[in-house]
Amino acid sequence: MEWEIVIGLEVHVQLKTRSKIFSGAAVDFGQEPNTNACAIDLALPGTLPVLNAEVTAMAVKFGLAIDAEISRRSVFERKNYFYPDLPKGYQTTQLDEPIVGKAIIMLELEDGTEKAVRLHHAHLEEDAGKSLHEDFAGMSGIDLNRAGTALIEIVSEPDMRSSEEAVAFLKKIHSIVTYLDISDGEMSQGSMRCDANVSIRPMGQEELGIRAEIKNINSFRFVERAIAVEVERQIDLISDGGTVAQETRLYDANKNETRPMRSKEVANDYRYFPCPDLLPVELEKSYIQSLRDSLPELPDAKRKRFGGDYGLSNYDASLLTQERPFADYYELVAAECSDAKLAANWVMGELSAQLNKEDLKISESPLSAAKLGQLITRVIDGTISGKQAKQLFELLWTEGGEVDQTIEVKGLKQVSDSGAIENMIDQVIAENTQQVENFRSAAEDKRKKMFGFFVGQVMKLSQGQANPAEVNKILKEKL
Amino acid sequence: MHNKTIREILDDLASGEYSSREITSALLTRIKNLDPALNSFISLTEDQALAAAEAADALRSQGNARGLCGVPVAHKDIFCTKGVRTSAGSKMLDNFIAPYDATLVRHLAESGAVCLGKTNMDEFAMGSSNETSFYGPVKNPWDTERVPGGSSGGSAAAVAARLVPGATATDTGGSIRQPASLCGVTGLKPTYGRVSRYGMIAFASSLDQAGPIARTAEDCALLLESMAGFDAMDSTCIDKEVPNYSASLADSIRGLRIGLPKQYFNGDINAEVGTLIDNALEELKNAGATLVEVDLPHAELAIPTYYVVAPAECSTNLSRYDGVRYGYRCDDPRDLTDLYTRSRSEAFGDEVKRRILVGTYVLSAGFYDAYYRQAQKVRRLIQQDYITAFDKADLIASPTALSTAFKFGEKSANPIEMYQEDLYTIPANMAGLPAMSMPCGLIGGLPIGMQFVGRQFEEARMLNAAHQYQMRTDWHTLSPSVYGSAK
Repeated sequence: MEWEIVIGLEVHVQLKTRSKIFSGAAVDFGQEPNTNACAIDLALPGTLPVLNAEVTAMAVKFGLAIDAEISRRSVFERKNYFYPDLPKGYQTTQLDEPIVGKAIIMLELEDGTEKAVRLHHAHLEEDAGKSLHEDFAGMSGIDLNRAGTALIEIVSEPDMRSSEEAVAFLKKIHSIVTYLDISDGEMSQGSMRCDANVSIRPMGQEELGIRAEIKNINSFRFVERAIAVEVERQIDLISDGGTVAQETRLYDANKNETRPMRSKEVANDYRYFPCPDLLPVELEKSYIQSLRDSLPELPDAKRKRFGGDYGLSNYDASLLTQERPFADYYELVAAECSDAKLAANWVMGELSAQLNKEDLKISESPLSAAKLGQLITRVIDGTISGKQAKQLFELLWTEGGEVDQTIEVKGLKQVSDSGAIENMIDQVIAENTQQVENFRSAAEDKRKKMFGFFVGQVMKLSQGQANPAEVNKILKEKL
Repeated sequence: MHNKTIREILDDLASGEYSSREITSALLTRIKNLDPALNSFISLTEDQALAAAEAADALRSQGNARGLCGVPVAHKDIFCTKGVRTSAGSKMLDNFIAPYDATLVRHLAESGAVCLGKTNMDEFAMGSSNETSFYGPVKNPWDTERVPGGSSGGSAAAVAARLVPGATATDTGGSIRQPASLCGVTGLKPTYGRVSRYGMIAFASSLDQAGPIARTAEDCALLLESMAGFDAMDSTCIDKEVPNYSASLADSIRGLRIGLPKQYFNGDINAEVGTLIDNALEELKNAGATLVEVDLPHAELAIPTYYVVAPAECSTNLSRYDGVRYGYRCDDPRDLTDLYTRSRSEAFGDEVKRRILVGTYVLSAGFYDAYYRQAQKVRRLIQQDYITAFDKADLIASPTALSTAFKFGEKSANPIEMYQEDLYTIPANMAGLPAMSMPCGLIGGLPIGMQFVGRQFEEARMLNAAHQYQMRTDWHTLSPSVYGSAK
């Protein structure tokens, strides 16, 4: 049977605020346990939450960026359950009246097609602390540094039909929140993580299958693999006559499998109700407008502009614009060398390959955009050949240094002086009289291949530094 | 010295009659001598009190005295006080030393008030008789076989027994006014949002409000001036200038319209209480007020609604007491569930458990709409009743409590009967309105109070009327014979 895969995502994005959502404690990771947790985060008796205004602004910006409905009034509720890293015994979150309403997110897929995914809503909430189960001799440690960190949870409709689409959705969200600078988007550090609701149904069937929820996936690659392996599991299960249980599962990257989480005895009743310590968040139209005015150019707009201004293909433009620092880097390179296409080739080619190889972010590139631009300029003006450019790129990458100085010092300049090239050609002709004879007597269609031999000899003689265009020109005349 | 009101103490300190250190140490001695029989204090903070009194005296000698400089007060043990046990009357927090001061505590300290200690209360402010305190009940100074009311029974009894001239308290459904009535003192619950709740241990967040208990309306005005004010740490605290309440106390109340809810004045009032209220109203008429009938059609729904809203909020407010970070933890927990279950079972008293259970029930899936959502709707109707009533009246008067102080054990066996104690007081909490109780007579040697409810943020008008009443009567000057000098 042919199966259709149905995926919905809940993406938790940690907002890049200086202090926590309801307290003044600093948001700063990697600190000693419980050093960034104040009386409010510890839920000491008598403490009260006060909403951090920065958080509201960030959520509204996100909503505006995706053209969502912005709620003029949103309400924080208490989600009640006991857990040691949940100090108040409830999580403050939004349920019935979230700050960001419905929207449609467009994904650009690799095959050039577009895909619309509906957003159900996005709401604000506080993160919990961390339970540490090792190193405490049969007890657990609690670190509340993370407790009260602001999150926005972005909930999609079950509109994705493949793990690739799910990854594209996640990348789109990542792209938007980092463009807006409302999150650092560091998945490896948990700044962005997602839950995937996965089900399958026979192709053509309207009714949704029973879904499993894979919790807390924290990389693009794992999202793709977790969904793939879960789909496989569900197909096997149903094909063997079984049924999928509605449950939460964890993805184990080492074993590349999903397995059920510790099942709670009964479905939790979270007893949601509006938090009486917080007032409803009421937003003025003028406030929303001022945030709209402050929005930076967003990925979609930038992609379209790159297509128009730089003449790039839609897919190239979408790759270049996915991450704002990457797009900014590209624009600097293009401006420096004044050749947008060559700049795109270098940024997406050599530079990306090297970054990936060394697992570096664009901001960590040893080669600045200005230098890469200068390097390309030297290719365009003929100072160096394409091959020399790659050598130069490697030198600059590993040893640093200035572009022109390195060309000079390392002797990477190609020889364009026609006198020098003429001398070398004369030498090659003198040393290969038989080949010259053969060439001259050969038919026109055979000559092309034979011509390459002489070019090769000249290049060899010049130790690769002769300007090939110049060599071709003079050689043709001489022969 | 112990018979002095706050106003008198301020005058005496100013004239050099005695120092803050002298009255502070006199009152501490008095507490040590008399309180064992009353149990109105949970903790005494003698060293801090003497140090604060000396600091106040120094300020005064430099000419920098202001506010309540040098005046002894006590805090209900529901307010966090830095470095001092803050128990909320519960075994759960018996070992809890607050690492910070509640905003109200800070405000009073900044105005120079000297805190003598922390007063006893019903556990987590849940009770109307002080019988639910982990530290044992407070005894009513007028008759130690009787309850002082609750939950602020410690503050009311301490003021009535002249152990302290004024004390802070909290009121969620009548916890300032009912004990004030039963102990023959004056107590004010301000408008919701007038006084910061930061550092005040939560019972029911949307109803809790802190206020003063003292002997006179004038002293309540002085205390409130220091307690009130905006606090950025409490989202529900309102940024509105604090009036000079004492400045308008002497104003005439000619033309003041006092509303009498027909739902209360319908023959159900206890006859003796009714007579005393009638007499008090007659005095107010003599002072120029007029009496009008007002309608509070949803008054009878106040108690059932309250006993949905308050337990719902308390059930989650008290979830933080889980034995993990502070407070009581059971011995040798087997696992996490055991830690939670036994810590909470062993440290919470019956009334707290009852309300957590009720609150958990009314918030549960399938019951939420029928109870909590419905209660919130009724709450809005009650608020609307008052808005309408205040078209016709400037203040609304009624008895504060059903009767005088009852005996220990008389109502504690029947929670529903105990909950009825709050019949007249709960509506003001439901509507977020200011309300106060002042002594208006004795029945069988026990005091009874009259209640005023005012418009939002019209504490000044209420205090003015109460002060004018107290200028014409001397019920507020009476004290239980063993604890003061009858004037």
